[in-house]
Amino acid sequence: MDYTPVWLTLKLASITTLVLLVIGAPIAWWLARTRCWCKQPISALVALPLVLPPTVLGFYLLLALGANGPLGKLSMELTGEPLAFTFTGLVIGSVIYSMPFVIQPLQNAFEAIGDRPLEVAATLRASRWDTFFSVVLPLARPGLLTGATLGFAHTVGEFGVILMIGGNIPGETKVLSVAIYDHVEMLEYDQANILAGGMLVFAFLVLLIMHLLNKRLQKVGQ
Amino acid sequence: MNDIEMRFDLGLSGFRLDVDLTLPGKGVSAIFGHSGSGKTTLLRCVAGLESPDAGQLTVNGESWFDSAAGINLATHRRPLGYVFQEASLFPHLSVRDNMLFGWKRIPPERRQIEFDQVAELLGIEPLLDRAPARLSGGERQRVAIARALLTSPSLLLMDEPLSALDGRSKNEILPFLERLHDELAIPVLYISHSPDEVMRLADHLVLLDKGQASASGPMVELATRLDLTLARGESAAAIIDAQVESHDDHYHLSYLRFAGGRLTVSRHDYPVDHPVRVILHARDISLTLEPPGRTSILNVFKGTVIDYIAEPPARTLVRVDCNGAILLARVTWKSAEELALKAGREVFAQVKSVALMGGGVGANG
Repeated sequence: MDYTPVWLTLKLASITTLVLLVIGAPIAWWLARTRCWCKQPISALVALPLVLPPTVLGFYLLLALGANGPLGKLSMELTGEPLAFTFTGLVIGSVIYSMPFVIQPLQNAFEAIGDRPLEVAATLRASRWDTFFSVVLPLARPGLLTGATLGFAHTVGEFGVILMIGGNIPGETKVLSVAIYDHVEMLEYDQANILAGGMLVFAFLVLLIMHLLNKRLQKVGQ
Repeated sequence: MNDIEMRFDLGLSGFRLDVDLTLPGKGVSAIFGHSGSGKTTLLRCVAGLESPDAGQLTVNGESWFDSAAGINLATHRRPLGYVFQEASLFPHLSVRDNMLFGWKRIPPERRQIEFDQVAELLGIEPLLDRAPARLSGGERQRVAIARALLTSPSLLLMDEPLSALDGRSKNEILPFLERLHDELAIPVLYISHSPDEVMRLADHLVLLDKGQASASGPMVELATRLDLTLARGESAAAIIDAQVESHDDHYHLSYLRFAGGRLTVSRHDYPVDHPVRVILHARDISLTLEPPGRTSILNVFKGTVIDYIAEPPARTLVRVDCNGAILLARVTWKSAEELALKAGREVFAQVKSVALMGGGVGANG
């Protein structure tokens, strides 16, 4: 039994979640606070992966990341390799694919904070940056947790996009979902069962822990 | 230089704030008006939470806002403290960490108020390790006041800090506010729509009406101006700044000295010569033409009628000058006619009860 896909999947999901939190928090904060006309179009753009078939997203990503695509070309110049069919390419694809699952809970959490705590912080000498880290993020903890969990879980379960842009290279792009598909294709139901069953238990545990943590956080917040 | 000058012009939808005020750089300046008069907007302009279209703001010589010069200090750069109507404590921080939030953010050399001093002043010591959610409304507001004070502000802004509280919590906080007034030399802008609060706390008063200041002056003077709203209400009163003269342990009384003579009140614990504020409600004062003979009322002052105003249908509000101290007396229209009250007439004001600010030392008679 080869467990490489398991570790690869966890690595992909962890990096993706981290990247999403770092770039998603400012985007979500901006969406929560802005009065710009462009808020709605950008919200729609962020939400697109929710409704698009993964193959459609994967197709365009393949074009962009391939040797002739804009990102692929850039990568060729910088590293000599295209992005399609690499682990880095998978991270980029996953970040885009899972973005709404991180940004929307964060945005909701930020909006729920309202103006008052920000004004209070300002009257207590906290600059905007200071306020963001010392008031906004702590108050948005439940949203951060939900966003991180959903982003992580959604990346673990990703299949269509990965097949389109990553293919099936062992140790590089062959993640759990693809491995299960492989085993089934080859009628290795035992191996498929181990991986699929493990994933089922994992998904359940993740959601359970998230709910328990959220409950605790809410208690603290009251 | 030692004052607060503000000129704000701010148009919001359907409302315009247009004020030009100079307030004393010490003591409590109350901004009094009905809801919708623009009190909160004015305070938010001072804090920089709202940007006026035009105007300027100078606090003790420092310019915080000047539209002509392009100065508009961000809120977090203005050395102020702000107490909001609701305590607005940070729910993720303990009481102690809430209080330290601003304290940590000012340079150590600017910290003039110590943590322990404020915790003691506002009676917070037993609450320090609690979460804000575990506090009563009054406790929360005390913590919010402490938190604002710990930034050692050069101006403290208070937006109806008592209005969200029930009567008991109000009475729990008022003494703290009075101590604050007595013990810390920080100028305070205090918003209120409660005449009682204003009379207890304010040194200076601004009456705000539909976004404009209809009057601004020393509280003691404005309280007795018949043309202003304060004298029109049920709680119309004269405010007397007096000093403790002596205590009488036998009868359990204290004597206070003021321009109009000597006031007798229930025994209190203020030391001799200590300044105290006394509120004499118009409804508690009656007038006679002759000096009353043997009466149970201890406080009788000779004075002359300055003027009066009819309060239809049945009452008349009379202003009496007792050797420089102005009193208000609310009498019936019938009595006013029978006594033939008019300007210059000599009368005796009988004070049925005296409210001493601070200890709530009350009636005598």
